Amino acid sequence: MSEMSVDNSKRRFLVTMSTALGGVAVLGSTVPFVASMLPSARAKAAGAPVEVDLSKVEPGMLLTAEWRGKPVWIVNRTKEMLDQLAKNDDKLTDAASENAGQQPEYCKNPTRSIKPQYLIAVGICTHLGCSPTYRKEVAPADLGPDWNGGFYCPCHGSRFDLAARVFNGSPAPTNLVIPPHKYLSDARVLIGEDQAAA
Amino acid sequence: MQKLLTWVDERFPLTATYKAHLAEYYAPKNFNFWYFFGSLALLVLVLQIVTGIFLTIHYKPDAAMAFASVEYIMRDVDWGWLMRYLHSTGASAFFIVVYLHMFRGLIYGSHRQPRELLWIFGVLIYLVLMGEAFFGYLLPWGQMSYWGAQVIVNLFAAVPFIGEDLSLWIRGDYVVSDATLNRFFAFHVIAFPLVLLGLVAAHLVALHEVGSNNPDGIEIKKLKGADGHPLDGIPFHPYYTVKDVLGVVVFLIVFCAILFFAPEMGGYFIEANNFIPADPYKTPEHIAPVWYFTPYYAILRAVPPMFGSQFPGVAAMGIAVLIFFALPWLDKSPVKSVRYRGPKFKIALAVFVVSFIALGILGVLPVTPLYTWLSRLFSVGFFAFFFLMPWYTRNDTYKAVPERVTDK
Ligand code: HEM
Ligand code: FES
Repeated sequence: MSEMSVDNSKRRFLVTMSTALGGVAVLGSTVPFVASMLPSARAKAAGAPVEVDLSKVEPGMLLTAEWRGKPVWIVNRTKEMLDQLAKNDDKLTDAASENAGQQPEYCKNPTRSIKPQYLIAVGICTHLGCSPTYRKEVAPADLGPDWNGGFYCPCHGSRFDLAARVFNGSPAPTNLVIPPHKYLSDARVLIGEDQAAA
Repeated sequence: MQKLLTWVDERFPLTATYKAHLAEYYAPKNFNFWYFFGSLALLVLVLQIVTGIFLTIHYKPDAAMAFASVEYIMRDVDWGWLMRYLHSTGASAFFIVVYLHMFRGLIYGSHRQPRELLWIFGVLIYLVLMGEAFFGYLLPWGQMSYWGAQVIVNLFAAVPFIGEDLSLWIRGDYVVSDATLNRFFAFHVIAFPLVLLGLVAAHLVALHEVGSNNPDGIEIKKLKGADGHPLDGIPFHPYYTVKDVLGVVVFLIVFCAILFFAPEMGGYFIEANNFIPADPYKTPEHIAPVWYFTPYYAILRAVPPMFGSQFPGVAAMGIAVLIFFALPWLDKSPVKSVRYRGPKFKIALAVFVVSFIALGILGVLPVTPLYTWLSRLFSVGFFAFFFLMPWYTRNDTYKAVPERVTDK
């Protein structure tokens, strides 16, 4: 026994290799644990489209629909409201809706909608996810004389106009998201599904 | 009795452990008020764990039942209100105690060599404690719980490239939902407490390895008597066990006064909006985190978005928390305790304390242009304390440190 010499370099090699392989195995075995925390099949399936009846939304009113657990606003914009939109352009971060992630291609227009009358937007602030408040009144005391209607986020004071475009100087970096939607008829809209390419 | 003890000692180091950590653990004889908060933190830790277990007995981690189960604990469970208020007041007390404990480290240079690791374990405890408090706050499933969690989880979404997936992974859903509540419950009642206990154990092992610092910032182990014990040391038991019991009594008087007369502390310990069940479609008029997070929250709000992203604000907030890790290496002063430091450090420390408290106040107030500018000013004060530290601690004037601890 005492005659046996130890091959140190072989020993070191084996120890290094088995440590490395063991490490890989441990890392690999964390995958199922990490992946189990992703949205489940049920949570993913909850994203089914919802249908909304627009005839219930009076002019100037806001209706909140629920889609994928998020509030989706439908605002029936009056002619006066629509006329105000262009006046905001030079105070907005992204007046022309250049940021492609924030609306489907067919809503990349001055009113950010399919039909100018109806604004359909996800009511989740692009800052940190609060739901802004609908403030349609013109020049209220707390929002200042320049306010011509829009949305105000109570969490950190982001401001959006009635086309859900963000004003300069807000903590929110981008406009609110316009969800994919399509009109089934004049008064019925389906939120969560794109309209067929025109 | 003696026989039993011998029997145990031959199988487990009971007497040896008792001696090493209590009867013959020599601590500096000049501990003062600021040295109460370590043992008080241990007390509050035990309190939180015990009350937490009794709350878990009745609580339901389900979005449809959580809010009602908390109301049930408050109204129908015998002494349930006491368990809940002990736990919610205990959470705030924990942060008060830990903030004072950290401040002690700051003024007496307890983060300096050889206590860097002790300090780092402390900062890790602080981080885990913040996570623990955040997860716990979602459980009552009130409006403030819900929107607070929504905002904080979305902070992670601001991280470039991986952010969206990261926040999705944390929530387990596209918005804060039942899936989020269920996992936060798992983190709050088991995952984080286990980590916390492990870290506290490591913190104490490190402390007993290097020995306590003291208000003079003198290493008592440098001067030992003939018996091999530090000349300026006294055995922890009975000297400091008795002192700590006094601390516990005073603490409990204050704690119980709050518990019984102002358990919600006018909305600072439990916020008013949290008595309304969570509504994923409506954010309350004014949301603010609980007081112990507000300094960082004010820093977050102070930084404007840049390059179409709110990441800079989130990063500033992250750095503000993590910067505590770097403290042992930012501080270049030749002395430890504030007692022997010069005016530059004292001014910087004053700026830091004022900034931290001011940010804490600004963090609960709504946003106005004035408050935003004040938040920016105090954020600069907060960061200046750390980032300029290598400079002002090198160029300060210092008093000579005595050989032996003083009796003040
Ligand atoms: C669960 C929370 C904590 C517990 C239970 C705890 C417990 C303790 C105890 C019992 C002591 C000895 C008594 C004393 O010096 O007051 C101590 C010392 C110490 N703790 Fe903590 N601690 C906690 C959090 C922290 C945090 C958040 C930090 C800093 C970031 C920290 C930094 C230190 C330092 C530097 C010392 C040595 C102080 C000195 O010797 O002057 N601890 N801790
Ligand atoms: S979440 Fe709307 S401004 Fe921050």
